[in-house]
Amino acid sequence: MWKWFHQLASPPHFFRLASVLIPWLAWPGYALIAYGTFAGLFVAPPDYQQSDAFRIIYVHVPAAYLSMMAYMIMAIAGGIGLIWRMKLAHAVAASAAPIGASFTFLALASGSVWGRPMWGTWWEWGDPRLMSELLMLFLYIGYMALRSAIDDTTKADKASAVLALVGAVNVPVIHYSVEWWSSLHQGATLIREGGPAMDAAMLYPLLANILGFSLVFGALLLRRVRSEVLRREGRTRWVRELVLAPGDSA
Amino acid sequence: MKPRQQRMLAVGLAVAGLAVAAALTLKAFRENMMFFVSVSDVVAGNYPSERNFRVGGLVLDGSIEREEGSLDVRFVVTDLRCELPVMYTGVLPDLFREGQGVVAHGRMRSDVFVADEVLAKHDENYMAPEVAESMASHVEEQTATLRENGADCEVAG
Repeated sequence: MWKWFHQLASPPHFFRLASVLIPWLAWPGYALIAYGTFAGLFVAPPDYQQSDAFRIIYVHVPAAYLSMMAYMIMAIAGGIGLIWRMKLAHAVAASAAPIGASFTFLALASGSVWGRPMWGTWWEWGDPRLMSELLMLFLYIGYMALRSAIDDTTKADKASAVLALVGAVNVPVIHYSVEWWSSLHQGATLIREGGPAMDAAMLYPLLANILGFSLVFGALLLRRVRSEVLRREGRTRWVRELVLAPGDSA
Repeated sequence: MKPRQQRMLAVGLAVAGLAVAAALTLKAFRENMMFFVSVSDVVAGNYPSERNFRVGGLVLDGSIEREEGSLDVRFVVTDLRCELPVMYTGVLPDLFREGQGVVAHGRMRSDVFVADEVLAKHDENYMAPEVAESMASHVEEQTATLRENGADCEVAG
């Protein structure tokens, strides 16, 4: 039963698998984003209260969702790396951090641009949703800083995995912050009792963009893990064979 | 116990312990982490009197009064139980309107909340204008409910 798990952990096997998967994730992802963005900007009706300003949702929500998803991947991969001493899992965690940090920044920036006309403020210190998301950006930055501060890869893997696991407590706090405390940020629209509180013509482009962003995120992550694996395994025979093998597209 | 199982246990316990610690901390700071105070709490006297704070509620239907030739505006916020008059001078956000959720920052001066900042809080519902029009009666319904339940409001004193 654990065969696939151990196979996946083998760097050459993973490298080949990732090379096959990347285009299958990226191209459907681009297509979904193209549809979602076009339909979101031109087909979906304006919102009854926010009119056209609501359309920032087509960037903001996928970015915010992936900022949390990337963190969970980073924390879980770090945990697997600690428990099973799997180097590949650490490579996944290290690769997820910069992408997750970028999505976190995108979520904060797009929310701020929207907040100025709608709420009447760019930023509100003390708002639980804004604070917990900002804390996650700092966790990502701290994670990357910690990794780059430790030269020995094995030590960096362990220390940063512990930091990622500690910070994982923040992820459910972000999600539930609008329920647990009074916040300027509105409650959840998609994941709520009674189904999404959104017109279908607005909803489908949003779902397409969320799925599209996720697929492109997967492709980006695999690309980064691939180069991380090459960097770590630079002295091994399979990398040498891979580099020297003529005509083998990898 | 194998070393791997030991590590699994250690990681599991550490994460569980952290989660409990975080939950307790957040519970302890629950009051302080409230971004705003409800209208009922303010009317009942449960607010910090010596410093500025935020109050959140809906703008009562038909309560907005603007001063001609100035940015002065008066309105009433409600949480559908209690009502609180608010005074504000300045530019209001686009979403500010009757029936809208707002968060006002300021302090109490006798029985009036004097705001130095008014932010609009919008809800989680997204719909087309035509759909919203057919549902427009909900603001009036809320106001009617308020009138009925007005007796429930506990006033400080």
